Amino acid sequence: MNDIIYVIFGINTLAAAIRITTPIALAAMGGAFSERSGIINIGLEGMILCGAFAAVLGSFYTGSPWLGVFLSLLLGGFIGALFACFTIKFKADHVVTGVGLNILALGATTYLMQVLWGCKGSSPNVKGLSEVSIPIIKDIPVIGKLLGTHSPLVYIMFLLVFAGWLLLFKTPLGLRIRITGEHPEAADTLGINIKGIQYFSVILSGCLAGLGGAYLSLGQLNWFSMNMSAGRGYMALAANIFGHWNPLGCLAASFLFSYTDALQMRLQSLNIGIAHELIQMLPYILTIIVLAGAVVRSRPPAALGEHYETNK
Amino acid sequence: MRVVELKNITKRFGNIVANDAIDLDINRGEIHCLLGENGAGKTTLMKIFFGLYSCDTGSIFLNGKDVEVHNPGEAIKLGIGMIHQHFMLVDRLTVAENIIAGQEPKKGIFINFARAKKDVEELSRRYGLKVNAERRIEYTSVGEQQRVEILKNLYRQADILILDEPTAVLTPQEVKDLFTVLRKLKKDGKTIIFITHKLKETMAISDRITVLRDGKKVGTVNTSATSPNELARMMVGREVVLRVYKKAGHPGQTIFQTQNLCATNKRSHLHLKAINIAIKRGEIVGIAGVEGNGQLELEEALMGLREIDRGKIIVNDRDITNYSTAKRRALGMAHIPSSRLKRGLIKSFDLEKNIILGSQWSSHFADKGILAQNRIKKYSREVIDNFDIRCSDSKEIISSLSGGNQQKVIIGRELSGDPQVIIAAQPTRGLDVGAIEYIHNLLLKMRDEGKAILLISAELDELKSLSDRIMVLYEGEMIAEGDTNRFTEEELGLLMAGHREGVLTDVGA
Ligand SMILES: Nc1ncnc2c1ncn2[C@@H]1O[C@H](COP(=O)(O)OP(=O)(O)OP(=O)(O)O)[C@@H](O)[C@H]1O
Ligand SMILES: [Mg+2]
Repeated sequence: MNDIIYVIFGINTLAAAIRITTPIALAAMGGAFSERSGIINIGLEGMILCGAFAAVLGSFYTGSPWLGVFLSLLLGGFIGALFACFTIKFKADHVVTGVGLNILALGATTYLMQVLWGCKGSSPNVKGLSEVSIPIIKDIPVIGKLLGTHSPLVYIMFLLVFAGWLLLFKTPLGLRIRITGEHPEAADTLGINIKGIQYFSVILSGCLAGLGGAYLSLGQLNWFSMNMSAGRGYMALAANIFGHWNPLGCLAASFLFSYTDALQMRLQSLNIGIAHELIQMLPYILTIIVLAGAVVRSRPPAALGEHYETNK
Repeated sequence: MRVVELKNITKRFGNIVANDAIDLDINRGEIHCLLGENGAGKTTLMKIFFGLYSCDTGSIFLNGKDVEVHNPGEAIKLGIGMIHQHFMLVDRLTVAENIIAGQEPKKGIFINFARAKKDVEELSRRYGLKVNAERRIEYTSVGEQQRVEILKNLYRQADILILDEPTAVLTPQEVKDLFTVLRKLKKDGKTIIFITHKLKETMAISDRITVLRDGKKVGTVNTSATSPNELARMMVGREVVLRVYKKAGHPGQTIFQTQNLCATNKRSHLHLKAINIAIKRGEIVGIAGVEGNGQLELEEALMGLREIDRGKIIVNDRDITNYSTAKRRALGMAHIPSSRLKRGLIKSFDLEKNIILGSQWSSHFADKGILAQNRIKKYSREVIDNFDIRCSDSKEIISSLSGGNQQKVIIGRELSGDPQVIIAAQPTRGLDVGAIEYIHNLLLKMRDEGKAILLISAELDELKSLSDRIMVLYEGEMIAEGDTNRFTEEELGLLMAGHREGVLTDVGA
């Protein structure tokens, strides 16, 4: 019994949850930006995958994981731009385009992996990002264990989430993004450049999801494997809704999902006499309960998924 | 001194000529009314001026200079501001955020919210436009939203203000307040272009008036040298009877009744309190009241679109309280909803589908579950002819019709099926004198044919001229009731604002 309580509230579980959260929170925040500007972004999954691939690619050829991270931002942004181009310029359906993008990303990364490295399941090992310790924090009792030593991308994620929140709610650009997603016609009559705002938001969304991918391949591991994103993009989408399209909310929601995931893994290893299958269901059950409650109350941007055209 | 000159403006939408070689001159510091029927092209002309539409031919001169306005951003820079027929406000943002968006005061890279609030409050004081800067738009009244729209434009330092039908949604008192503000703005040197259908208002506020009809300019007149009758003639192209002629009614037995009807709107916390209405055959009962006092809830409760808490609804001695909307309609209840596009029509469907909407299962229009296109077309043509709906074809999409014609589609659908009880909510809102005349006459004709009509309206003129009896709804409660001629317009205005004292005594009904 004590074991169970220790696992549930244990620092190791929480620290694991923080690690699992990082890519999801980054992608969820990306989703928040995209959707706040009115573009539904199902393509997060593919963007994460591309980011993960680009990071390994960069590290493989340059030997520098940081250049890999940079490449993941670049490719994520590029995929975002592609997505934006289809949905904004050509007015394609957001969901269909996003699903197409995910399939394309899976196919392209798997194929390129074979061409470049001649292997099917995963890439060769590359240089990953080594963990860093934060001097003073790591010596504080509980907090030190929780936050003292992580991949640098974890800390960057925390900073970015806060910066994203500031951007969205405290700056002129953020206000304009929110207006565009709520009422593009109003934005138009205020002289706001709607398309510019949407391109910016979707590209930013791609960069953030790409960075999430880089954490998967270079932060947690040091290789790329086929379909490495494994549904995290969809979880991010759910976290974004549960987090009310707010970067801080996204982080909190991502953490909740990740925590149950971490818990599930640890409970399994305990052998407490409950079937594994039941324990594995835990995060999903919680996700369903939480989302069912949250979806009732959360309200998406009013013009989400619509195509607006100044009537000329 | 001419501040605006629009020259030879032409704009086509497909094969509709919305603006046909229109010239318009506006003097500095005047209030210029743009008058015209629904679909005359007023909004289109102003949207061209504001850069929302581009014109096919024509040019715009501002202070004598030839300018090109490609988008609203450029219009704003030129000092043009527009308050749209449908407000351009974001529900979830605060008043201040809506006003400053696009020209945010900054502190470093952040929005200076304190400055924004101060600026808004200052402007608000200066022009007597009362708003609460920190309240979210979704919690403000329509009147306040309009003040926000005006402030939005003043904040952008607009010199020329275009108001597209600003009074359509206001209460009589709010209209008065708006006019005070407009006069103040005029004194401040602003130029105001005011679009409306309402002749009374035009006469009260404007210096000059330009009338459009079918996309063409009919003429510009000085307000002091014209009359409502002349304006109506210019707008419609024929004599219009501004006051309808109502024969004495011959009410039969009571056919529609509510008993202690109570309902709740959980979102706005409005309660309908024990509403008792009885309507006889051949009678129009008017429900007077400012919107938001339970009109919508009443309308919805009667049609089964809103759950009721208590009470009964009786049609023809049958208790229909628990009937579905479809069943109520089958029993002869017709509904002209106050929200045309939300409840009355499907914008992206064509006329034919909208005209048979709700009867799509009936054997008239379907064979074994398959729509009978030919019969639908034939029937739609009849409705279009009978109700004088102006359209190019029965396959035309609803959203490309003017507001008046959209309303006629609803009315045509609802009144074609020989209904017994008609719930008409704000049936002439936003419509021009010609369309209003038409609808008023139609409702009176229906009355004389023995139908029971409930008329929910905020227009005193309309209520006075159509209703046999009037009830006043205020904060969910019927606070007065009586024969129409027992109320003066003044009294009705006061009652609608909730002043029961002094008026109630001589109501006594
Ligand atoms: N975006 C559009 N696409 C197609 N047709 C349009 C469009 N906007 C307006 N029209 C058509 O142009 C004509 C003029 O419309 P407009 O909205 O300018 O009339 P209006 O005078 O403002 O009428 P109302 O009093 O009903 O607002 C109408 O026949 C209308 O159907
Ligand atoms: Mg109009």
